[in-house]
Amino acid sequence: MLRFILKRIFFSIPILFAVTIITFFVLHAAPGDPADILMNPRTKPEDRARIRKNLGLDKPVYIQYIIWLKNLVTKGDMGYSMVDGRPVFATIMERMPATIALMGTSYFLSIILAIPLGIYCAVHRNSVFDHILTFLSFIGLSIPSFWLALIVIYLFVIKYNSIPFISIGPPSFEGMGLLELVKTIFLSMFLPVMVLTVRNIAVWSRYIRSSMVETLQEDYIRTARSLGISENTIIYKYAFKPAILPMITLVGLSLPNVAAGSFVIEYIFAWPGIGRLGIQAMAQRNYPIMMGDILIASVMIIAANLLADIAYGWADPRIRRS
Amino acid sequence: MVDFQRIIRIFGKNKLAVVSFYFIMFLILVAIFGPLISPYSPGDIDYSLMGVPHPPSMKHLMGTDGNGRDILSRVLYGARYTLMVGIGAVLVFITIGTILGAVSGYVGGWIDTIIMRIVDVLLSLPILFFILIIQMLLESSIYNVILVIGLTGWAGTCRLVRGQVLSIREMTYIESARAIGASSSRIIFRHVIPNTMAPIIVMATLGVASTILLESALSFLGYGVQEPNASWGGMLNKAQAFMSIAPWTVFFPGILIVLTVLAFNFMGDGLRDALDPKLKT
Repeated sequence: MLRFILKRIFFSIPILFAVTIITFFVLHAAPGDPADILMNPRTKPEDRARIRKNLGLDKPVYIQYIIWLKNLVTKGDMGYSMVDGRPVFATIMERMPATIALMGTSYFLSIILAIPLGIYCAVHRNSVFDHILTFLSFIGLSIPSFWLALIVIYLFVIKYNSIPFISIGPPSFEGMGLLELVKTIFLSMFLPVMVLTVRNIAVWSRYIRSSMVETLQEDYIRTARSLGISENTIIYKYAFKPAILPMITLVGLSLPNVAAGSFVIEYIFAWPGIGRLGIQAMAQRNYPIMMGDILIASVMIIAANLLADIAYGWADPRIRRS
Repeated sequence: MVDFQRIIRIFGKNKLAVVSFYFIMFLILVAIFGPLISPYSPGDIDYSLMGVPHPPSMKHLMGTDGNGRDILSRVLYGARYTLMVGIGAVLVFITIGTILGAVSGYVGGWIDTIIMRIVDVLLSLPILFFILIIQMLLESSIYNVILVIGLTGWAGTCRLVRGQVLSIREMTYIESARAIGASSSRIIFRHVIPNTMAPIIVMATLGVASTILLESALSFLGYGVQEPNASWGGMLNKAQAFMSIAPWTVFFPGILIVLTVLAFNFMGDGLRDALDPKLKT
């Protein structure tokens, strides 16, 4: 098992390496000078040259890349923000908890809601409820998450004024009592989590449904039925585990989609996570932050795939032997 | 030989898929003949209504936007951009993915290794952010949107086709083609790829759905098709500022995205049942 994990980690290093090369060269192919945001029309030419030299922009792109990579590998240093001069890594890590809270909550809710829905539909296949849910999940799959976000903001915030539109950030928590803190976090997360969760439930419940339907047609289930074991025991004791096993892979593989969704959602709800940081950085042409954001997001995607593989290998010994 | 009658019969049984098919045909007609049926030109400004959006009326069936432009006309023209990006980008990535996947699976060796590592990298990128950054650097034209989505989106197709090819490669008819001296490229294009068509067609149809979602997100964030042209996502970019006073500016373009994506998803589902009986559960 340990060998399997180490091998997978080893194979993800060149992938990350390629991600940094592609992103770095794409960003530096941009027309214009990244240092422009630090200048104004009255900046003297010698100041301009000095600023460019300090930022290392006077060197060829591949040398800049080597310096960037060297700092990353030896010091964990991803450079400095063009706008406020703060370290990129620290800026991203500051925003990380907000993103993880949003995505984690949505993942958790999606899993605990999608599993029972999918199993119910598989067991009561072709019932009215099954047809309705299939139809709804197609709709959930087809709604752009940003539009759904606008609609829920319109309904909950503007029209019925039932939820205050709050954007949270660490400073705004100061001086709050515990109860107030919980209430603020709940209210600020309610709408974005709802929007993110709809799509996941739509995709995952259908997946569990078909996996369960397949499992219930296996020979050993037929044997169990012929022995007169009750349907409930068959479903929850014998079919449940093999049916939800593929979920592990699905949950891991869907991270890029969830991340893309939360990227836009963070922007709309002014959620202080790494997605909004990335969009702000784009508007300001803040290249070091964009570079760092892409790298961290790639690490998260690769780590999710890796964790899914490990969990699957742990749950199903046939995988890790092959 | 492909049994078209059987495919059409099974597809016809799926009412939602059939309705979706007609809806998509209707949309394509709208996209082509939009200029003939639209009441105004999409850039026309009704100066009496300029400044604030006006609600739907007999004169403007879907209302007007903040610049006094007729939303119905803009939606009709928007169908053109949305469908062009959706279908165009899918054609690009299905072509690349199919060719690379077939070569990778059939030839194997170091070519296979290189192609599959590129696939790994593409699948590890946060693709929306990556596309946004490329769009930020490029001049925003509809062709760039199509190319960028197409050139970054082929990894899934490539994996699918490669998997199919690995099993087809061992079939006896491929072996006999090789025995009579057919070249690798002839075998790939004449025998291997045609036999992987069923899952590719399904993937392409579902791909149009997800590409339209992606394009609408890009345009919504302001990095897609640019003003004065507008895809449906782009209309929403401008509309969000007016949402509290003019919800119709947000409603109409959005509901069209939902209906179009839904139609492609239903049609893909129907095609899967009809083309690929093995996949049906």
